[in-house]
Amino acid sequence: MLSIQGVHTFYGQIEALKGVDIEVQEGEIVTLIGANGAGKSTLLMTVCGNPRAASGRIYFDDQDITGLPTHDIIHRGVAQAPEGRRIFPRMTVIENLRMGALSTEDAYFDDDVASVFNLFPLLHERRNQRGGTLSGGEQQMLAIGRALMSRPKLLLLDEPSLGLAPMIVKQLFAVIKEINEQQGVTIFLVEQNAYHALRLAHRGYVMATGEVIMAGTGADLLANPRIHAAYLEGGHQGA
Amino acid sequence: MAYFTQQLINGLTLGSIYGLIAIGYTMVYGIIGMINFAHGEIYMLGAFIAIITFLLLGLAGVTFVPLVLLLVLILSMAFTAVYGWTLERMAYRPLRGAPRLAPLISAIGMSIFLQNYVQILQGARVKPIQPVLTGGMVLTQTEGFAVTLSYLQLIIIVLTVVLMVAFSLLIGKTKLGRAQRACEQDRAMAALVGVNVDKTIALTFVMGASLAAVAGVMVTLYWGVIDFFIGFLAGLKAFTAAVLGGIGSLPGAMLGGLLIGLIEAFWSSYFSVEYKDVASFSILVLVLIFMPYGLLGRPEIEKV
Ligand SMILES: Nc1ncnc2c1ncn2[C@@H]1O[C@H](COP(=O)(O)OP(=O)(O)OP(=O)(O)O)[C@@H](O)[C@H]1O
Ligand SMILES: [Mg+2]
Repeated sequence: MLSIQGVHTFYGQIEALKGVDIEVQEGEIVTLIGANGAGKSTLLMTVCGNPRAASGRIYFDDQDITGLPTHDIIHRGVAQAPEGRRIFPRMTVIENLRMGALSTEDAYFDDDVASVFNLFPLLHERRNQRGGTLSGGEQQMLAIGRALMSRPKLLLLDEPSLGLAPMIVKQLFAVIKEINEQQGVTIFLVEQNAYHALRLAHRGYVMATGEVIMAGTGADLLANPRIHAAYLEGGHQGA
Repeated sequence: MAYFTQQLINGLTLGSIYGLIAIGYTMVYGIIGMINFAHGEIYMLGAFIAIITFLLLGLAGVTFVPLVLLLVLILSMAFTAVYGWTLERMAYRPLRGAPRLAPLISAIGMSIFLQNYVQILQGARVKPIQPVLTGGMVLTQTEGFAVTLSYLQLIIIVLTVVLMVAFSLLIGKTKLGRAQRACEQDRAMAALVGVNVDKTIALTFVMGASLAAVAGVMVTLYWGVIDFFIGFLAGLKAFTAAVLGGIGSLPGAMLGGLLIGLIEAFWSSYFSVEYKDVASFSILVLVLIFMPYGLLGRPEIEKV
């Protein structure tokens, strides 16, 4: 479904991605972990064409999307809940969801809003509140909900659990699983919460300084002692 | 009192015209965070296209006044919109991502170019037009002073109100309006939900330009004379109006326009015509000292 082949991305002189190869098959949940500054967010944004890959190719649904403008890529069925949530601050919850639904038919709107509210009942209570005044966790839910509104084939999630209470994190991962299994959405997930994210995933990749350094099934990576030492120390297992 | 009412009517008329131009400044500022310094010239082009259309319609024998007005409005808006679109394509889009000063200067360049372009094509002399719409209604008559509302003033005020309502609905309720607000609030995120940002920005210029065209048509009718330089002062006044109301705010632009119009009308009639501009700009300075974001503007600070 998504095939990233030898992608290099630069910010001015800085080479943030140094030839990344990643495959995501239809129906999978794929998790990407890595230290701060490894280039995870850059990779998700490069898939969406901003910044643009300097070299290498990105295929979505067997079509080359490397040079396409961002809005074209989105209209083909990619959605992203980006780093920092990026809620439209002066739009209400409903309006934010409406923005998410921009690339689908208007007729779907009511049903899709209902299913987002079903996943995140808290958003329903806040539906007429302005995005900028939501709490961090509420914004995170809205960011995911907004991404779902476009009925994406591929959902890119950049650290969805960031800043959420442990209870909510658990629920969130259950929701991600639900989206994947019941709505058939393919998910490419970036996480710091390596334990949960790898347990959830069919497969995983590990990035460091702009390169993929390890790949495998979620279970394999979880069992790998190097991963343990680098990303899982500090009691995550118990969570 | 009668005299006061008369000045109120005159001020509202003038203010409507400033307000229509000011909306273009405020919309463009809202979406790209930059002042369109060629917007006054867009308005001037609107006035010239209006005068040319009036002449052509006259030659073609179209004399039914409502039809003439409608055709002039539509054609002027359409052609001016093309200028607005071209302006964005030439002066702004190639410089997207460049330092902020660059598009500012290219817009000033466009402004100078457009003035000279019209001067060369149309000549530097003042262009007069036969009155198209005359007459009016006497509202009150006291002690030999009649308060009149001319049909033209009525049209200007009503048309402005209608356009304001239509634009507020467009921005508040339509897909395009939401896309514009999204670009305004977070351009990269707007693209990430599928908004065609370049197209949305271009359409914003087009909308601003067509409103400026309406102002241009109205001024042509109201004053009966135009020249290639009218964009400068009107642009400056409308810009002042936009800042006074709070740049980026649509109701603010309209309110600012009305205030500037009223200040000018009252100052000219009760004090001195020469100092009317000084009065408007002084009020601007005073408002900005006490309300740095303008009357209806908001500070940029936001919880992210
Ligand atoms: N807009 C930018 N301009 C310049 N450098 C940038 C920019 N964005 C990211 N970088 C750099 O690119 C590298 C990769 O950043 P990126 O945000 O992709 O990391 P990340 O893996 O998502 O990290 P984190 O886990 O902290 O979110 C970092 O060194 C960062 O400093
Ligand atoms: Mg990141």
